Amino acid sequence: MPFVNWLKRHFVVIAGLLTLAYLLLPNIVVTVFSFNKPKGRFNYQWQQFSTDAWQDPCGVAGLCGSLSLSLQIAVWATLGATALGTMIAFALVRYRFRARGAVNSLIFLPMAMPEVVMAASLLTLFLNLGAQLGFWTILIAHIMFCLSFVVTAVKARVMSMDPRLEQAAQDLYAGPAQTFLRVTLPIAAPGIAAGALLAFALSFDDFIITNFNAGSTVTFPMFVWGSAQRGTPVQINVIGTAMFLVAVLFVLTSMVISNRRNRQKASSV
Amino acid sequence: MKTTNSGSGDVRLTGISKTYGSFTAVQPLDLTVPQGSFFALLGASGCGKTTTLRMIAGLEEPSSGTVHLGDQDVTALPPYKRPVNTVFQSYALFPHLDIFENVAFGLRRRGIKSVKKQVEEMLELVQLGEQARKKPHQLSGGQQQRVAVARALINKPGVLLLDEPLGALDLKLRRQMQLELKRIQTEVGITFVHVTHDQEEAMTMADTVAVMNAGRVEQLGSPTDLYENPKTTFVANFLGTSNLIEAEVDTKNGDDIVLKAGGGKLVLPESRCSAPTTTGGKVLVGIRPEKISLTHADDAGEIPEGRNRITGRIANSSFIGVSTQYVIDSTVCPEFEVYAQNVDRDARLAPGAEVVLHWSPAHTFGLDAAQDIDAGIQEEAAL
Repeated sequence: MPFVNWLKRHFVVIAGLLTLAYLLLPNIVVTVFSFNKPKGRFNYQWQQFSTDAWQDPCGVAGLCGSLSLSLQIAVWATLGATALGTMIAFALVRYRFRARGAVNSLIFLPMAMPEVVMAASLLTLFLNLGAQLGFWTILIAHIMFCLSFVVTAVKARVMSMDPRLEQAAQDLYAGPAQTFLRVTLPIAAPGIAAGALLAFALSFDDFIITNFNAGSTVTFPMFVWGSAQRGTPVQINVIGTAMFLVAVLFVLTSMVISNRRNRQKASSV
Repeated sequence: MKTTNSGSGDVRLTGISKTYGSFTAVQPLDLTVPQGSFFALLGASGCGKTTTLRMIAGLEEPSSGTVHLGDQDVTALPPYKRPVNTVFQSYALFPHLDIFENVAFGLRRRGIKSVKKQVEEMLELVQLGEQARKKPHQLSGGQQQRVAVARALINKPGVLLLDEPLGALDLKLRRQMQLELKRIQTEVGITFVHVTHDQEEAMTMADTVAVMNAGRVEQLGSPTDLYENPKTTFVANFLGTSNLIEAEVDTKNGDDIVLKAGGGKLVLPESRCSAPTTTGGKVLVGIRPEKISLTHADDAGEIPEGRNRITGRIANSSFIGVSTQYVIDSTVCPEFEVYAQNVDRDARLAPGAEVVLHWSPAHTFGLDAAQDIDAGIQEEAAL
């Protein structure tokens, strides 16, 4: 049975390829249909090849406005959540205080709770406070739910840090500020970066919490959802494809950089 | 700004102690380390030696007492303002910086701009000139250890503190690094304070050793002095091996004390006895295993007069090349250890043989019998 033997030998590769296909197929469909020229308002059936949408990505009213708003909120939410989350993570790992256990489990709540519950209770809170729904309420909500992810990522890193490194820095004439900037922060950086990336992705594509607390403001996920009721412009696929490509490019660049760094090290050995 | 060493670099600890809650890590302690010396704090884990070191570095705040470096009282100074540098246990090299930047760290923090020449010289001193652009994790344990030494030494500290710096290395490398550190110390002439649990390491490297036990300094002196004249049972057992015999003071004969042990008599120079010697009082008589000669009972008549002697039977012997180690059963001491050089081996000296142990009274030492006779034995066996 040569075929069975062949299958046995290459089973891992086949399974890997199938998994990759499963992950990539939706992205491929989105990309392919960004070159479609649909007949009606819905972009669900292949008609003919066209680059119309790529040439005019902002051609649909409100699309690029919502995209820019989503990017702004994501950037600010990432900054806010990363700054606060890093400080919380350090406090939880390095200091012993009375409410430490309580804070530790409270931080996990936004990760564990269903989004709808958080969204509804946040809305109730904002309405009772008489807050104007819009950019600021969205931003506050996003910082809140991103926080727990940042704390988790940074905490893991800080816990694995040897406190003797900071003592060594102090022993070598670095004051508290210098020690933090030169030793603590660079060593914690990978954890902080992972937390920030997670926060950005989560904030950028959040729909449920945003939808509850946005008022009349429209973010990109809300725009996509809204337009799906009435018809799906090809431009949505264009934006989706572009975002996918940016992400892939980002990963590839960092891989190339780290590869080159490793090779330099290897050659200097 | 820290001032670098310029002359009076003694480390002076006065009444320094450290307590954590109800636990006392270091009992009030006075210690002076003369400038330029290689000083070792020796003791089992938990004896307070590392805490003492960290109080000199400023990483631990003393519960009482003062730390002086030269004439300067540094007790209240934070570590980054003390002219002291530390080589940490497991080195604590900065993983995100390469070897060059690790070594340059202290200079840069003090605002020195042109560090290249100094760093390169320092890396030459520790023979790591080729490795400057590597990251710490790319180096072997021994190389990392040398980077840690270079990183501390480049600041020309008044005192270099070493916290079990060789603990993570294997035996062969440890021997090599002991010589290396000793060479560097002689070359730069800085005061080294070295913390270790390894008595051999302390004795090979240090000019002066302070043996610590349970937060106290048991005895302080040169390695030979500690080995030849231990003042407590802990020191006698922790540094090498000692045979301790319970004896009773009988008479005094000039500068010597005559003691009764079992049925026989032993002679001990009074100057080598750290215990009170009133007639009838108890004393522990100590003798190192290599100072003892072993003669078969049949030849007992050939032993010169004036030597201390004990009879016994060989219980066990193990041949280890240069020497043979015997365990002797005798009435005065259950497990008497004797190390004999393998010069002329007497074939009759096998387990079961009746023997006479004899040694010069000048090699005998006397300890206070009020102490635990086994102090310091367990600690060493546990390592």
